[in-house]
Amino acid sequence: MAEQQNIQYTPKDFKSDQEVRWCPGCGDHAVLNSIQKALTELGIPKEKFAFISGIGCSSRFPYYMDTYGFHGIHGRAAAIATGVKIANPGLSVWEITGDGDALAIGGNHFIHAIRRNIDINIILFNNEIYGLTKGQYSPTSEKGIVTKTSPFGSIEEPFSVGDLVIGAKGKFFARTIDANVSLSTQIYVEAAKHKGTSVVEVLQNCVIFNDGVHEVVTGKEVRDDRTIILKHGKPMSFGKNNDKGLVLDGLKLKVVNLGENGITEKNLLVHDAEESNPGIQYMLAHMGYPDYPVALGVIRSVKAHTYESDLEEQIMEIQKNTKVKCMDDLLMSGSVWKVE
Amino acid sequence: MAKNSQVIEREEVVIRFSGDSGDGMQLTGILFSDTAALFGNDLSTFPDYPAEIRAPQGTVGGVSGFQVHLGHSEINTPGDYADVLVAMNPAAVKANAKWVKPGGTIIYDKDNFTEKNIEKAGYKSDPIAEEKLELYNIIAAPVSSMVKEALKDFGLDPKSVLRTKNMFALGMVYWLFNRKLKYTEQYFEKKFAKKPEMIEANKVTLRAGYYYAETIEALNPVILIEPAQIAKGTYRNICGNAATAWGLAAAAENAGLKLFIGSYPITPATGVLEELAARKDLGVKSFQAEDEIAGICTALGASFAGYLAVTSTSGPGLALKSEAIGLAVMTELPLVIINVQRGGPSTGLPTKTEQSDLMQALFGRNGECPVVVIAASTPSDCFDYAYEAARIALEHMTPVLLLTDGYLANGTEPWKVPLMKDLPQIKPPFADKKEIPFLPYKRDCETLARSWAIPGTPGLEHRIGGLEKTLKGTVSYIPENHEMMVKFRADKVAKVADRIPDMKVWGEESGDLLLVGWGGTRGYLMTAVRELQAEGYKVSLANFNYINPMPKNVGEIFRKFKKILVAELNMGQFAGYLRMKYQEFSYAQLNKVQGHPFTISEIKEKCIKLLEEK
Repeated sequence: MAEQQNIQYTPKDFKSDQEVRWCPGCGDHAVLNSIQKALTELGIPKEKFAFISGIGCSSRFPYYMDTYGFHGIHGRAAAIATGVKIANPGLSVWEITGDGDALAIGGNHFIHAIRRNIDINIILFNNEIYGLTKGQYSPTSEKGIVTKTSPFGSIEEPFSVGDLVIGAKGKFFARTIDANVSLSTQIYVEAAKHKGTSVVEVLQNCVIFNDGVHEVVTGKEVRDDRTIILKHGKPMSFGKNNDKGLVLDGLKLKVVNLGENGITEKNLLVHDAEESNPGIQYMLAHMGYPDYPVALGVIRSVKAHTYESDLEEQIMEIQKNTKVKCMDDLLMSGSVWKVE
Repeated sequence: MAKNSQVIEREEVVIRFSGDSGDGMQLTGILFSDTAALFGNDLSTFPDYPAEIRAPQGTVGGVSGFQVHLGHSEINTPGDYADVLVAMNPAAVKANAKWVKPGGTIIYDKDNFTEKNIEKAGYKSDPIAEEKLELYNIIAAPVSSMVKEALKDFGLDPKSVLRTKNMFALGMVYWLFNRKLKYTEQYFEKKFAKKPEMIEANKVTLRAGYYYAETIEALNPVILIEPAQIAKGTYRNICGNAATAWGLAAAAENAGLKLFIGSYPITPATGVLEELAARKDLGVKSFQAEDEIAGICTALGASFAGYLAVTSTSGPGLALKSEAIGLAVMTELPLVIINVQRGGPSTGLPTKTEQSDLMQALFGRNGECPVVVIAASTPSDCFDYAYEAARIALEHMTPVLLLTDGYLANGTEPWKVPLMKDLPQIKPPFADKKEIPFLPYKRDCETLARSWAIPGTPGLEHRIGGLEKTLKGTVSYIPENHEMMVKFRADKVAKVADRIPDMKVWGEESGDLLLVGWGGTRGYLMTAVRELQAEGYKVSLANFNYINPMPKNVGEIFRKFKKILVAELNMGQFAGYLRMKYQEFSYAQLNKVQGHPFTISEIKEKCIKLLEEK
């Protein structure tokens, strides 16, 4: 990532002159605002940002940013972003993608970028539907969902983003809600600062084709009781009155009520995002309504080597010890003979 | 066995090493050709091997061959028919009998001609008799048992002992052609630096073969006439894939850029990725992608970030890259796509050569999607055309597709290495840092290329992508704008013709017949034309390297010949393309799709037939 510098930006500095064309009420607007806000907190010069996207509603994102941007083809944003970052590790590279783009057509690139730990920030807008093609089920749609291509209910098991990230040896996984600008901004800043592939799953609402899909956990009335915001080093408590918590019961997580059966905050699990063994983090990422609160915040953030810095290091090491310094050297190396 | 010590003088000779795919025939051939090249012979080689790494032992399908053609003057092809065949088993005889010149020499390992192997190869009892080869110079050498005897005191396991038997055969051939063993022995010392016992074992076997050939005097030693005077300079042997890789690295250096390659392994293109992966000394960043699509998409990302970016593949991989080539056309980023053609369609003949991806290269994409297409024609000129592909991509801000093929990729020839300062300059159209706001699709009025603003440059922030755009880079669905941009992209590619050399005819500029080819068949067509010219026919050759756009003087050339024959290793794709571009001429065709190059005789036959027709 680029050097920290003393630069003052406002979100407006990151707005391009393009009219934002998402549907009124679309969750994407809030994500755009949160990211523009997050960028002001990074101290990175504007010209060092590159936003890369695939295809889908969310993938129009780069056009609305006054940064370098590349609107790619369906599913391939992770590959394009990988090339940009390897070529110029000094850039802050962001991939904007959706559940169809990243997990269906682009599933292969998604897992391999994570496996290699390329230092890019993948912001995955998960609305559990294909929006741009007008409402077909996606790889994250609930089994049974009725859409235009599943008129009798989908018979497919959905992916869970966190499972895939951890399964692909991911080092950073966070989850947020589109409309929660302050939590989101904080998470985007964390994601940007993390060296390596950071995946942020945004529970995003498609107001036209899947309106209210996350409402059961993100609705104003219920969200405090049905979500938990994880903070590294803090006990895992949640609830409107902060009266619930998570404990380990045998090999499973369990929701407990503070004060009942003598349980106090001291009995709760303490979140450790930096633990390299992903066991508990996997269970946290996997939690879902109605048995558990949905985990938000930074669930996993583990330090590791990145692909592009290892590559640079390898090149430097080899260049130190080689006699081949330029093409002319190479052309004259090895088995050559002279004709006089 | 007839004893004969008469020395034969020859101008050129073709040798084919042939055995099971585990017998080390490729290495044997390479060591022999390197030794010959160091002696100063011109040569051309052709490895011919099965797709299976170890096909069932002893079967015809598992035969791996390596043909070397060497001589004292210019050699343009690996040769049609072999003067000497080395056959390590009966299957090698089965696969190659028809490729040996009548009366040629066949050296075979008689210990391997067991009943079982003879049967596996599809013979009843005696392969030599069944192929009616009795009048050839047949050397039945007990290679396996001689090797076992020579190495009996080495304490090696039987497998390691037998693994050296290719060196026994090589030793025999070295004696036959009076070649020194030094280079090969040095190779052992390097290769087995960590296994000193194998250095000695291989040396002993090599010498055993050499002395065996001398002792039996069954062979007529052949002395090749001293090499003719060739241009002064430094030479090396190079294969097409390495030359391609080096041409790209050279272009990057002369353009002042870094090189990125994003590729997925695929036969026969893998050598390009492998060579560039080894070039970290030059700072090359190589990326082995998760698939073909990621190969090209990472390259496109690197191009956006300011690198000379490349992806390499073969036919099926090119199909997978089509959509991303379209994105490169739309974003007008420089990109080199190397397609090492092989037999198709689908998986086809992965290790065999063909020229059947031409239409795919020219037209295999959605929408109006022109790219520059060029083709290399010899293993060593892969360097020049890879360099040229990069020059055009960078200066014209366009993807360029370079077509080579399996024959060029693996074939080798001596190459006079260039000096970097003698290669053409490359000047990419970088955006002016003061021209703010930057308009991504503003064009140079001469080339129509847009300028290249590299992320990280303050003030030039901009967005590009696959959607149709205006000059400013704004997404636009305006019908007239789309048509204008489609035409701009087509004109930009067409204008590359202003900056490529004119087509040169090989031979007289007018005549009865113009033989037309493109890319990798040049050596064969040239040899055929040379022989026809010597026989008094008025035949010339036009071999294309620039396919889209074509040089401007093509029509002028075609007009001066009574007949045109288009020869290519496909069903007539280039002929069809010429019919579209130059409708005023009529084109006869010579086509072959057997996974093998042309033979000189079949080209000549077709030419003579056409010349005799009224």
